[in-house]
Amino acid sequence: METMFKEAWEGFEGRIWKEEVNVRDFIQKNYHPYDGDESFLEGPTEATKKLWDMIKRLQKAERAKGGVLDMETKIVSALTAYGAGYIFPDEPELERVVGLQTDLPLKRAFMPFGGIKMAEQACTSNGYEPDPEIHKIFTEYVTTHNQGVFDAYTPEMKAVRHNKIITGLPDTYGRGRIVGDYRRIALYGIDFLIEEKKKDFANCGDGTMTEEVIRLREEITKQIRALGGIKQMAQTYGYDISKPATNAREAVQWLYFGYLAAIKTQNGAAMSVGRVSTFLDIYISRDLEKGIITEKEAQELIDHLVMKFRIVKFARIPSYNQLFSGDPVWATLEVAGIGVDGRSMVTKNDFRFLHTLENMGPSPEPNLTVLYSSALPVNFKKYSSRISIETSSVQYENDDVMKPVWGDDYSICCCVSATQTGKEMQFFGARANLAKCLLYAINGGVDVKTREQCGPMLRPITSEYLDYDEVIVKFDKMMDWLAGVYVNALNLIHYMHDKYFYEAAEMALIDTNVRRTFATGIAGFSHVVDSLCAIKYAKVKTIRDTDGIVLHYETEGDFPRYGNDDDRADDIAVWVLRTFLDKVKKHHTYRNSEPTTSILTITSNVVYGKATGDMPDGRKAGEPLSPGANPSYGAEKNGLLASLNSVAKLPYHVALDGISNTQTINPDALGHTEQERIDNLVQVMDGYFDQGAHHLNVNVFGTEKLIDAMEHPEKEEYANFTIRVSGYAVKFIDLTREQQMDVISRTCHSTL
Amino acid sequence: MNEINNDVIGNVHKLETFGLVDGPGVRFVVFLKGCKMRCKFCHNPDTWKGQGEEWTARKLFERAKRYRTYWKDNGGITISGGEPLLQMEFVTALFSLAKKEGISTAVDTAGQPFSKEKLAQFRALADVTDLFILDLKEMDPEGHKELTGTDNSNILEMAQWLSDNGKKMWIRHVLVPGITDKQEDLEKMYSFISSLKTVERVEILPYHTLGVVKWAELGMSYPLDGVPVPTDEEINRAKALLHTE
Repeated sequence: METMFKEAWEGFEGRIWKEEVNVRDFIQKNYHPYDGDESFLEGPTEATKKLWDMIKRLQKAERAKGGVLDMETKIVSALTAYGAGYIFPDEPELERVVGLQTDLPLKRAFMPFGGIKMAEQACTSNGYEPDPEIHKIFTEYVTTHNQGVFDAYTPEMKAVRHNKIITGLPDTYGRGRIVGDYRRIALYGIDFLIEEKKKDFANCGDGTMTEEVIRLREEITKQIRALGGIKQMAQTYGYDISKPATNAREAVQWLYFGYLAAIKTQNGAAMSVGRVSTFLDIYISRDLEKGIITEKEAQELIDHLVMKFRIVKFARIPSYNQLFSGDPVWATLEVAGIGVDGRSMVTKNDFRFLHTLENMGPSPEPNLTVLYSSALPVNFKKYSSRISIETSSVQYENDDVMKPVWGDDYSICCCVSATQTGKEMQFFGARANLAKCLLYAINGGVDVKTREQCGPMLRPITSEYLDYDEVIVKFDKMMDWLAGVYVNALNLIHYMHDKYFYEAAEMALIDTNVRRTFATGIAGFSHVVDSLCAIKYAKVKTIRDTDGIVLHYETEGDFPRYGNDDDRADDIAVWVLRTFLDKVKKHHTYRNSEPTTSILTITSNVVYGKATGDMPDGRKAGEPLSPGANPSYGAEKNGLLASLNSVAKLPYHVALDGISNTQTINPDALGHTEQERIDNLVQVMDGYFDQGAHHLNVNVFGTEKLIDAMEHPEKEEYANFTIRVSGYAVKFIDLTREQQMDVISRTCHSTL
Repeated sequence: MNEINNDVIGNVHKLETFGLVDGPGVRFVVFLKGCKMRCKFCHNPDTWKGQGEEWTARKLFERAKRYRTYWKDNGGITISGGEPLLQMEFVTALFSLAKKEGISTAVDTAGQPFSKEKLAQFRALADVTDLFILDLKEMDPEGHKELTGTDNSNILEMAQWLSDNGKKMWIRHVLVPGITDKQEDLEKMYSFISSLKTVERVEILPYHTLGVVKWAELGMSYPLDGVPVPTDEEINRAKALLHTE
């Protein structure tokens, strides 16, 4: 035992991390900040080119088949459901990092534990026939998460779901957003982790069997079993991961096995990788110093690891694809950031991860996230800016505002939400459509689309012109109701998820004494703000149908809009956010989790918009809501920086789950020369994040390119044309036409 | 120098917070209303006349400063138009406030209002302006008149004055195929530019048709209807003739 650790940990500094599971301490004691430029980077190897060409061919075939290349219909996905799988089965040695979700690349696994109906529908809607035997097992003998949830839902919960005022509840598939600390396998090996979990088991409870203790004891046992399963899974590939990794290649491979375990057992909407870059750099640096690896080989390792993150697939149903368009999995992976001690955490590996976008071209996955601070090394900021300009595949999140809350070892567990790696999990789900909620307030809880009395039968507004004070009182009450039913639906969902679809493999790589956050979300943000502005600063006349329901609005006069750095509108924006979170916080949250909220919609803004009637701000029924915390279409009158300033006013600590902002800049507007464009983008981000803003998706292209890609998706140049949308990146040609139109119609910042 | 009145009111067409091609770095660009030229290729005919938003110099300066965080040591305020020199007192007041706080200032002008009779006023503006971005539309006086409706002798005089007084300049030229791209005219323009001592940069602005819709909105027929945008080849040829690199 001792000699084994001696070899694996040779040359590593520090003490605490050797005595307990503590990856952060290991990183802080051993990483080397790098402030040089990108000149050291190497291009792709022959093996990388060959593998990536194959993947591109498969992706093309997948698209030609309507989006799904192949599906499992007989085997229920599990850690060891399959033997070893390779991209080239005859040449397994090509892959420096091995492991597939199923037996073949891009083949989607069968995952019934979230809900058998959905798993089957995913098959049949793609022309596959699932095994009737599995159907029998999962309907007659096994309770799924979905079954559990619907057994317990109240009529009210079903009503808000059906009326789409709450949408995207994770009641039919994995909840996701749990990031296992996959680095632990590399640093400690499975056996050490099992020993630690056994200690936790022995110390769990004082012998009094409360519900809480019983549940935790069962969970720890499941985790220990999963750790054994991960070890077995690695063995099918010929690796013994009971011991820690002894070199860079093993570290990358061990870590990937951890992630592979997660995506074999869970189909969460978001299956994030976490903050692995700086950690892996320590191993690569050690091997480079020893002379047992070259830079070319180091890049190859990272390229192959990233290739694996690019081909993660889940079987989804059509309604899921409408919400989250383009087949995203949120294999989110972070680079950069600054340590608590003030040292930059940028290493050469952070360059290598960004460089994969050059070696293998743009790609939506992994969801590459730069933890940004104006204090990052200038060379890194410029390189990252260049990669953004060339690929539009990178998102930026403000380390300066996240670090005080989450420390310096947090990961992004979905689109934009921070979580302390290995110490936390999230109860996440859905969004409350506050735009609809405002319409409910005006119409006394009646839904203008379905004509159902969905909300409480509060007195509707009967005046011809809307009075701001009256609207605010009623909106406040309606938000009270909505927050209550929302929180309680989530409580119920997460209870059932823990019970029937527990993430044993991921939770095995997280501390037993886990901190839980409870992440709610807001949709329709800008339309609520602008509508309230219209009511306050202009005259809004109601147009009623014969039942007295307000269907349309006529707004006379000008009013301030969110997105122009106008405090009159932006103050209302802050009020909406604060008020909603206060209402969420009032309620009991499952397992003493800490409530947070987000302003983040993903591509679901299109679906949400369809279910939302006319708004006083002039938005017509059915039109897409603006995504995330973005201002409404056409509202921005003073250019990008005014818009950024409006978003930057939303306090991050009130929306700890994230404030997503997506902006597209025309390259011609960004500067005359490449160097100018790179420098200008850095300057814009410095200015934005120095004000405390949380997030920015940066797209650099012109509208003409989008239109051409929509009309000619067959062109080779568009096969991997990637854009950032609210919360993730996506291949543009994989979006539905509706969503493509939505992206095109949004403001592209260019100056005449 | 006369007292600066910070409450002087400007007639503002539009504010653009994200100007990255109108002066060095990141610029807050103020488009003023009013222009006496009637350039046939104008992409902002809606700025020619009329009443826009009223801003005092002081208030507008406070607004601009909200973007200081983006400027750092590479950015500032640019006043464009319309024709900024038609509101010289306002521009001078705004820039005086900016210079007091060390903020970079630039004027994007076509020079049309320049006259030697009002030199004292112009000098006061030049004192607080770090950069003049000067549009040279056409060298040939007749051609200039035909294209813009105005004379160009005072514009060339202004360029000379800026050069003689050590004021930095960027020269811009809008390239319209068949109209402002003749070889001898561009050679003449280059020869004039190279006689100036303070030109830091020469830029070709390829003619585009994004402003055409505004002509229609204003109920005017577009004089350059059917004129194509320049090809890359034509742009490169013009760049070579003006030695822009």
